[in-house]
Amino acid sequence: MDRRQLGKALSTISTLEVNKRNREPWCVLGVTGAPGVGKSCLVDRIVQSWLEQGEMVAVLAVDPSSPVSGGALLGDRLRMSSVDDGENVYFRSIATRNHPGGIAANLDKMVDLLVSEGWTKVIIETVGAGQSEVRIVAVADRILLVEGPSRGDLIQAEKAGILELADLIAVNKSDLDGAEKTADEIQISLEMNDSKPLLILCSAETGEGIPHLVQALNDLPAARGSTVAKMRERLLAAHQESLLNHPDLAEVLKGLSQGGLTLEAALDALR
Amino acid sequence: MATPLRIVIAKPGLDGHDRGAKVVARALRDAGHEVIYTGLRRTPEQIVRIVMDEDAQVVGLSSLSGAHGFLFPRVCELLREAEMNDVIVFGGGIIPERDRKALYDAGVSAIFGPGTTTAEMVDFLDGLEV
Repeated sequence: MDRRQLGKALSTISTLEVNKRNREPWCVLGVTGAPGVGKSCLVDRIVQSWLEQGEMVAVLAVDPSSPVSGGALLGDRLRMSSVDDGENVYFRSIATRNHPGGIAANLDKMVDLLVSEGWTKVIIETVGAGQSEVRIVAVADRILLVEGPSRGDLIQAEKAGILELADLIAVNKSDLDGAEKTADEIQISLEMNDSKPLLILCSAETGEGIPHLVQALNDLPAARGSTVAKMRERLLAAHQESLLNHPDLAEVLKGLSQGGLTLEAALDALR
Repeated sequence: MATPLRIVIAKPGLDGHDRGAKVVARALRDAGHEVIYTGLRRTPEQIVRIVMDEDAQVVGLSSLSGAHGFLFPRVCELLREAEMNDVIVFGGGIIPERDRKALYDAGVSAIFGPGTTTAEMVDFLDGLEV
């Protein structure tokens, strides 16, 4: 399949039959984190490093569609200078399209297709602003959480359970004041967790700490199965999709809105 | 809602002015399309590759540098070489009237200069058969 065919195949992925990939040894990295922490620039650095190491790297950048217009502005690639040239890198912007059935299943198939076409590393990047975006990134085999200095909402990350999902945490913008303090705070909050992902201070801007980060990614255990936290997100994504794809959904929603149906009865009807 | 068009908005060549391109990108998003913005200073080769990788049906080229006479036809030519003749190309920016015929002949479907309303552009896209 050439690039053109691959581009077209990703557009029609829901209608294609694709062989399931092996999840271990892992090759799919999910990257998430709040808006503005520098995910795209960091991914650019990781892509460059992996290309130098001879990998074939594909990036799927997911952005939400506007619930009002259905449109989307997909600007992730403008921060990635490494993805517009060379045969060994592929970059695709994906809008969530307010899919009635969610996007996780399609995304999983896209990754399967890329892997079967010989791409040795796949990166899924998403804004970690909401639970649904976190659920999307759980499609990945390993998850990199990106944080930045002085964001003051670490508690939010803890509440949302995002820290539990991470296999590795990067505190980006180490060239700015406050990055070390943020790293310390995260380290302390991790003390109370069962899983303690490695935390790395780095700067996508200056390149400081990037080799360390890439090495740590490469050193993530090749096979260890999925964590409970990740499987919970995948299960919820699958459940949500099956619920939203249920043939009786419209009818049940009507019943709910008109007051003739209780939530319990609705859940029963959609089982 | 109809399936959105996938549209690449590109800034070819050495031109650092992208206010116009960003306004267009925003307007097309608000009209329900999926807009991929390339960022500044892309080569025609990069732009065609982006259109291919993103499986876009439409590409909009913005130029305020005066190099449209080379850059726009080059993008059209590379699209044809890649057998992507079905991709619609439109242009915008500072494109003097006297230069436009050559661009249309090269394969540019529409050119939007200063004063164009975003509605005109949305109408153009709505009228496409892709």
